[in-house]
Formats: sequence, C-alpha cells, structure tokens
Amino acid sequence: MSSNSADRKWVWIGGIVIAVALLILPFLFKNYRVFQFNLVLVYAVAILGLNILTGFNGQFSLGHGAFYAFGAYTAAILMSLYHVPYWATLPAAFVLCFVFGFLVGFPALRLAGHFLALATFALALAVPQLLKYKKIEGLTGGVQGIVLSKPEPPFSFTLFDQPLSPDRWLYFFTLFVTALMFLFAWNLLRGRVGRALVAIRDHPIAATAMGINLPVFKSLTFGTSAGFTGLAGALGAIVVAFVSPDSFTVQLSIFLLVGVVVGGLASIPGAIFGGIFIQYVPNIADSLSKSAPAAIYGVLLIALMYLLPTGVMGGLHRLWAKLRAKPAA
Amino acid sequence: MSKLLEVKKLCASYGATQVLFDVDFTLETGHITAILGANGAGKTTTLRALCQVVKTTGSILLDGTQIVGKSTESVVRMGVAHVPDGRGTFTGLSVEENLRLGAYSRGNRAEMEQDMERMFARFPILKQRRHQQAGTLSGGEQQMLAISRALMLRPKLLLLDEPSFGLAPLIVAEIFRIMRTINKEDRVSMLLVEQNASLALDLADHAYLLETGRVALSGPSETIKNDESVRRAYLGY
Amino acid sequence: MEGFLHQIFSGLANGIIYGSVALALVMIYQATHHINFAQGEMATFSTFIAWWLIQNGWPYWGAFFFTIAVSFAGGLLVQRIILKPIEKAPVMTNVIVFIGLLLIFNAFSGWFFDHTIKSFDSPFPKDSALTTKYFSAHQIGSAGVLVVVLLGLFAFFKFTPVGLAMRAAAQNPDSARLVGIRVSWMLGLGWGLAAAIGAIAGMMVAPIVFLDPNMMAGILLYGFAAALLGGIDNPVGAVIGGFIVGVLENLLGAYVIGTELKLTVALVLIVATLTLKPAGLFGKKVVVRV
Repeated sequence: MSSNSADRKWVWIGGIVIAVALLILPFLFKNYRVFQFNLVLVYAVAILGLNILTGFNGQFSLGHGAFYAFGAYTAAILMSLYHVPYWATLPAAFVLCFVFGFLVGFPALRLAGHFLALATFALALAVPQLLKYKKIEGLTGGVQGIVLSKPEPPFSFTLFDQPLSPDRWLYFFTLFVTALMFLFAWNLLRGRVGRALVAIRDHPIAATAMGINLPVFKSLTFGTSAGFTGLAGALGAIVVAFVSPDSFTVQLSIFLLVGVVVGGLASIPGAIFGGIFIQYVPNIADSLSKSAPAAIYGVLLIALMYLLPTGVMGGLHRLWAKLRAKPAA
Repeated sequence: MSKLLEVKKLCASYGATQVLFDVDFTLETGHITAILGANGAGKTTTLRALCQVVKTTGSILLDGTQIVGKSTESVVRMGVAHVPDGRGTFTGLSVEENLRLGAYSRGNRAEMEQDMERMFARFPILKQRRHQQAGTLSGGEQQMLAISRALMLRPKLLLLDEPSFGLAPLIVAEIFRIMRTINKEDRVSMLLVEQNASLALDLADHAYLLETGRVALSGPSETIKNDESVRRAYLGY
Repeated sequence: MEGFLHQIFSGLANGIIYGSVALALVMIYQATHHINFAQGEMATFSTFIAWWLIQNGWPYWGAFFFTIAVSFAGGLLVQRIILKPIEKAPVMTNVIVFIGLLLIFNAFSGWFFDHTIKSFDSPFPKDSALTTKYFSAHQIGSAGVLVVVLLGLFAFFKFTPVGLAMRAAAQNPDSARLVGIRVSWMLGLGWGLAAAIGAIAGMMVAPIVFLDPNMMAGILLYGFAAALLGGIDNPVGAVIGGFIVGVLENLLGAYVIGTELKLTVALVLIVATLTLKPAGLFGKKVVVRV
C-alpha cells in the first residue's frame, strides 16, 4: 500500500542519484583512477559472462581467460592491422568468441563438475604458449604483443576543471557498453531462457524430459558466455591499449572465477562487486608483500565458501530480508 | 522374550520439517516386525532415525543402550544393519567386494570367509556373479546382494526398507521366503518397512501402522490383517 | 634412428615424473572423488621443506622420509580442518576451495622460502652404478622409487580392508557409513596419501627443473593428462599414462608441431580423452542405471 509506493519512490530517487553520480564521477578523479574504474567495468562484464555459464547454468569454467584473451586479440588485430574503428571491434569480438565458445561447448557436453573444470583449466594454461607461437607472430605480435593507442574523444568538454581525456571518454563508452550488456543479460535470463538454464543446472534429466534440447542449449550458453567475456576482453584491450601473451595467464581465469564467487553465483548485479574486488584487492594486497595477493585470494575464496557461499549479493539479500522482517515482531 | 529395541517419543526432522511425532514401538528379540503405511507416512524416516542418519529427539534403546546422538558408524558397529531403499550397493565395486565391506567393521578374516560362503549358498546367483561389477546386476540380484551384505555384519537387528520395491512378484516371493529362513535359522531380528501390506503382514509377527508420522495402530499381524479399516485402506478388500 | 630413440627414452624419463604426479591425483580421486587442483603446489611446498632440511644438515634420505611423513600429516590435516566442513557441499564449492588452497600453498612457498631458484641434488649421483647409455642415474633411481610406491599402493587398495573401505567411502559415502566405515577419516587418509606421493614426485622433479614456487605448474597439467589417459581411478593406469604423455610430448614436439606448443599437446590430450574415452585407457567404466 503506502509502504510500497514509498519504497518505489526511494528506489527512483536512489536510481537518479546513482546515475548522476556515475556521470560526474570521472571528472572528480585523476586519469589514472578513471582508468581503474574502466577496468572495473570491463571485469564486471567478463564476470557476468562467466556467471551466465557457471552460476546460472552450472557448467564450470576455469578457462574463461582464454575467451577474454581471444576477444582482446581480436580487437587488437582488427585495430592495428585492419584499422577498424575501436567501437566496431566489439561486435566482432562478441561474434567470434560466441563461435569459439559454442565450439568449446561441444566437448564440454560430455563433461561435468571437476572434469569440465580440469579441461577448461588446461585451456587456460595453454593460452599464453599458444599466443607466443612463432608461426602466427605476424598476426599476434609474438612475445611483445601489440601496442594500441587510446581513442581520442570525439568532442571536447570540461567539468570541474577537468577535460574530457581519452580515459574519461573511454569511461563513458565503457559505461554505456556495460549497461547494454547487463540489460541484455537481464533480459535474456529472466524469461524462458533463464529458467531453462537453471533447470539444466539443477535437474538435467528432468529438463531433457521436458523437451529442452540439452546439447544445443548448453552449447549456446557456452557461446553466449564466451561472447560476453570476449567482448569484455576487446573492451579491455581498448582501455589498456596493449595486449601481450603474459597478460592472459591462468591467473586471469582464476581471478574471473573469484569475481563470480565474490559477487554471487547466478547474480547479475553481483558481477559489479566482483569487478570491484578483482581490480582493487590485488593492488592493496600487493603493497603488503610479493606473495600476498595469492594468499589473500586463497584465504578469501575459502572463507567465502564457508561464510558467504552465495557471495556478496546473497549476503545482501539475506540482510535485506532480515531488516524487512523486523516490523512483524 | 526380551526387548531388542525400545523406541519412546521418537521425533525426527529433515531440516525444519518435522516428520515423526512421538513415535513409540518395541521389537522383541527374534521377531519380525513390520512398519506399514502410505507414501510419506514416515516409514523410511523411522529406519533412518534408527541409524541416526537424520536428526532425532527421544529415546532409542538397543539392548538397553541409548543410541540417539551416536554417529551412524557407531550404531552400525553395535549390530544394526540397514538395507536402505534403493539397495545402496556399491555399484562400482564387485559383488565380492560388496560382501567384504559388509563385514568390514567386524575385522575377523576367518569368519568373513565363512559368512561369504554361506551367502553364496543361499543366493547361488551371487556366486556366479562374484567378480562382476555390482552395478550391472538386475534389481532382484542387487536386492539379494544388499541383504547379504547386511547379513555379513552378523547383525542383531536387520532393517529392511521396501525390499519389494520395483521387483517382479516371483523374485519378491523368493526374497521374502529367504528372509523368513534367515529369521528362523540365524535368529536375526528384523524390522521391515513395506508399502505392500499383505506381503509384510504374511511375514511379520507384529506390525505398526504409521499415518503422517504417528502410530495409528499396532498389534500382532493376525489382528492387523483382520482389522476392517486396514483391510479396506491397505489390503484392498 | 638415434634421434628418435633418444626422444622416446627422454619421453619415458619425463613420464616417470608425470606418472608420479598422476598417481597422487588418482589417489585423491579414489579416496574422495575430487580432483585436487592444489596438488602441484602442495608438492612444491613439500619439496621446499625437504630442501630446507637438507640445507640444515639433514642427510638426504632422512629428509626424504621425514618430508613424506610431514606431508602425509599435512594432507590429513588439510582434509580434516578445511575440507570436512564442506564435505556435503556441491562440487563447485569444493573446486573453488581447491583453487584457494592452490593459491595459498603457492604463496606459502614464496613467502617462507622466497622466489630465487634453488638447486636440489639428486640422491642418485651422476657417476654411480646406475648410469646407462640412455638414462641417467637419477632417472633410473626415480623410476625405481615410483615402482616401489606404485606396488605399495596397488597392494594397499586391492588387498587390504582399509584400501577397500577407502574406495567404498569415495564411491558411496552413505552406504559406507551403513557398513560401519568412518567415512570422514577415510577421506583424510586419502588426502594424506596423496600429499605424501606428491612430495615424492616433487623431490624427484626438483633435481631436473630446479626448485622455485612455480615448479609444478606445467607439470601438473601433464599429470592431469596422464591421470585421465590412464583412467582417473586406476593407479597403474596413471603411471602408464605418464609414460605415454611423456613420449607423445617429445615425439609431437620434435616431429610434428615444434617444441613451443607442448602445453597445447597436454590440453588436446585432456580434451580428447575426456570426450572420446572418459574412463581412460584402463579405467573401469562405471555403469549407472538411470
């Protein structure tokens, strides 16, 4: 009744405040910080991709770094060799990675649980070596990788005495793309598709009996997930303006998984928390000691599995439910 | 006749859902007792409670010793063998390995070999399939294997959960005949959960009828068999 | 011909290491039906412990056996303390915790023993009676150690009641409890054994590739490939798988695709095995009636 419309009013106000904050954010900070924000968004999209596969559909992937790398290199090669404008590389990366993921999805059909984790782990481990392969050096730039230049903003603009630099322009671009991808995911997952994904995850035999074509669906999910993460990779390449084989080690795949777990499996907004986490925590941990990031990640992963298996979003939901339940008493 | 099993005010829950409400029953040594009831009445839960596989409150005395709160492994080592619904065979291991595992907690090599021979004598088909993977056996053969494995424990009390489930009538008759023999010759007390009431009442000395987690009726099987309401609801005539 | 033979023998020698790692993986799988992604890092950490003992004056074999004992205890404790609470949790939770352990052990190696590369001497010196034309003393010695370990494990699982109980507990913990097996302890035992084997593998590898925190990363992948190829539940298969992977790695590297894509070979092997023959060459196909 009145509490409902009051709630909705707050949600609207909150939404507007957040939107305004997001728009003026890049002008409140130095370029380097904005660059970090961009990475948060990029990782959020990558994590969202992984979540579609692992959280919603229950197919474990320890190899999403491979798709990220594929998307990144696609963008880099298109921009440096074929002079494709940066924004056009995104759909290309999505499509190519979708196909790549779909193809990977086929052998994955036979695998489950740890075996799928194992196969994808192997994929992740093999990627840097593949990227360094001498025979395709002409395309990939070999060990040195490919250097790109950040796009110039199409117009000039100043706010709070800060100009619209490439990093800030990229911020808006990335924000826009991220919002689009999240909307796309939300739309995709809330309807029949989403329910089918979850059904496959929880009761595969029953799902088949209900007429869901498991092989096609699971492969399509793999493809979509790869597409998202690949697009994020392309976006990442644009934001960082550099790709090299050693940027895409197995560590990236592990970090993406960490992001999914931290944010919350099968949670769309959780991907944002995941992105924040994997962007900032290594920096903080790094200042403690050389080995610290890995140890902290390890301990955090384990602690999360014990205390917050549903991630930050799950924890927030529970908290929210507790707060709302209070008046009844 | 001494009481092998004395259950008082047994309550059991799966998480937040309570399934058994203050169930009381006893089992005399050497007897076969049946627990009857429709789907969801709590029969399987009762057997699980006796093995402490579910959360229980109340009192369960096995030969005078309290078993509520003990681990499943400890209860088993006290002489309670459970043939669960679905047989519970180790499908990846051979028939012989399944039998060996039945005697695992006893630790007596010589007795185990003897007991295996007796099982093979009683169920010749198991001897034939001795080295075969248990998962490849038919339903009836797996049931025989499950019962044999339980007997390898030389248990005081044998719990059987729906032994007739999913089996052809001829096989069921054979298995029930063998159970009667086991009870008479080896003096193994049995607690039998069955949906097939007439089969159970033919075998058992005593019966309890469970309805939605409570004991609705109890008595010697002859009496229960002739009870009007039971006949109409469970025996179909 | 000389070159070809050389590749094969070298591959067999590498296969000893892959087989050892595969053995540890199969061990944990047999006991817990889980794949331990942290196996490599645990083995590295164990090897560092051995190194440290030797640096402090311990004789090689004393350090060797002590490290095995400590690793066994360590593996047991990891299972009891960290893994027991999530025993009943879904597979994904367990895999994530394994990754966490991987990160932690890797960090510990770097933290306690720093990142400089260290040399680790072989107990089988170069000019001993064991050296032959194609194999160094160390390779023969390692093979011998592996054979001993393998025979011991085989006997343990096949012929002892505890070994059988461990297998049962892994396959069907609920039924295992119903025959009186203390399932939790079986899992702990499995981890202890795997940690001990991993330690042995690490100590055999270190003289060849030198000791640093990332020593086992690539080898782990070959270990996985070997374990899968041989059948994830078959210890002998794991060792044979190791030899096959070692030889294939060398032959394909020398004659087909060049030495730069060796990890890809492992990847392809893993995927091919999992899709074409998931039970491996020697594993038992478990039939499940739906």
